[in-house]
Amino acid sequence: MTNLLEVKNLTVKFPTRHGVFEAVRRISFSLGRERLGIVGESGSGKSMTGRAILRLIKSPGILEADYITLEGKDLLTLSEKEMRRVRGHRISMIMQDPKFSLNPVMRIGDQICEGYRLHARASRAEAKKKTLSMLETVLIRDPERVFNAYPHEMSGGMGQRIMIAMMLIPDPQILIADEPTSALDVTVQKEVLEIMDKLVRERGMGLIFISHDLNVVSAFCDRVLIMYSGRIVETCRADQLHEATHPYTVGLLNSIPQLEHPVDHLEVLQRDDAWSKDPSVSGIVETEEIA
Amino acid sequence: MSQGNNAGIGLEHVNVWFGEHEERVDAVKDAGFAVPFGGSFGLVGESGSGKSTILRAITGLAPDWSGKISVLGQDLGQDRGKEFYSAVQMVFQDPYASLHPRQTVDRVLSEALSLHGFDTINDRIIKILDDVGLDQSFRFRWPHQLSGGQRQRVAIARALIIEPTILLLDEPTSALDVSVQAEILNLLTRLRTERGLTYLMVSHDLAVVGHMCSEIAVMNDGEIVEVLSVEDLRALKANHPYTRQLLDASVQKRKNE
Repeated sequence: MTNLLEVKNLTVKFPTRHGVFEAVRRISFSLGRERLGIVGESGSGKSMTGRAILRLIKSPGILEADYITLEGKDLLTLSEKEMRRVRGHRISMIMQDPKFSLNPVMRIGDQICEGYRLHARASRAEAKKKTLSMLETVLIRDPERVFNAYPHEMSGGMGQRIMIAMMLIPDPQILIADEPTSALDVTVQKEVLEIMDKLVRERGMGLIFISHDLNVVSAFCDRVLIMYSGRIVETCRADQLHEATHPYTVGLLNSIPQLEHPVDHLEVLQRDDAWSKDPSVSGIVETEEIA
Repeated sequence: MSQGNNAGIGLEHVNVWFGEHEERVDAVKDAGFAVPFGGSFGLVGESGSGKSTILRAITGLAPDWSGKISVLGQDLGQDRGKEFYSAVQMVFQDPYASLHPRQTVDRVLSEALSLHGFDTINDRIIKILDDVGLDQSFRFRWPHQLSGGQRQRVAIARALIIEPTILLLDEPTSALDVSVQAEILNLLTRLRTERGLTYLMVSHDLAVVGHMCSEIAVMNDGEIVEVLSVEDLRALKANHPYTRQLLDASVQKRKNE
């Protein structure tokens, strides 16, 4: 079995008045049927990486890569029309804030059905049945009521569950979750992560989990890429994140206050210019290792 | 305002509500706690638990409240005078929204000074920029030229430049990266020691509140369910089931599965 997704030398750049700004610089990584975390600070290029996979970089932004292959097929060679069949159908994306990703003037049920009918060419009744069962899978207690509700009637946690339902209904192989729980409270965060985890596991999907929260990533993912100013500075197994060696990762970990280990003065990250100049570390894993 | 013995902020049976009649929402119910002068007190809870509303009631941003709120030994009425605002200042959550986009750092700071009738404006601005760790070159910049951490430093400078004794902090670091959060928390700790400030801090992050505060009130659904010392919090000695649930969620985040 090959990797689900393989990205080689991906670069995203934006021309500005002061020259070209490179948001992502020649990064390579692969994704199997695993949970891959991408962490870094704001501006490190982690969200751009997620969007680049779906070729969602808007002009004048420029996307370059040797290849981005989905099960061996290079996404860069597809036409825009073919690409639309990939988005949602084979690779889905969940954004940070459900408030801004759901259509505020459309009933939730209709929004979920719309995507499904488009991709599966199903009848209205069939789509509704599927939607209701999907809402049940994301542990929404009263799917009929939610189906007929508008997004503003939902809380943040409910909204994010609805997003998960909507993204998983066409049965994609890869889910890209961009800070899916950052807008949620800790206790709700846990529930949403558990739901996502269960569904991804059951369906044998690949998950790219983008987050700035090192603790969540280390608890939730299998493997982590750590990004700094557009580069991957380190990759490691998620459960070994706390033994990371790159000074940036170590600095980030040390700057988090911990309840059980009180300190008078928090350690502050001392940035080193070399971090942004060194070549990117490869996040490609040969397939045998994953199994 | 007299600096009464030991009195920083005191709340007794405070209710805060929004709307009238059937639209009425009780955001805070029968809240009470006391922050000693020079102390540091934390309010934690989920969104919608009413923790920010308490800060807003103290500053007068939430006009419908009942009960007793006292600041520096004086009970507050519906109107707050200049004295109140020169003693109490607030730092808001989102530095991207709380600074006027079309005012330079200099204008933000000098406006606060002239409103409170300070002289030697120039010297004070130079000093406060120094105190919050911003280079003098930031003085004539616009907010959009600053990063999130720099903006929050400006917001803190804006609050402190009029030399208040009490600072209300509404999630001051939740919009920032952890590395920047550490810088801002260190800055707040240093300023509190240097100036002998009283802090009332709201956060959803138990670790942040545990780092900054000596006493913590846990809020759920508008009510304070438990007030505990930071030592008890660290030892995970919580009595109320909701506090325990909150502790579980934040400690478990760090442990693997």
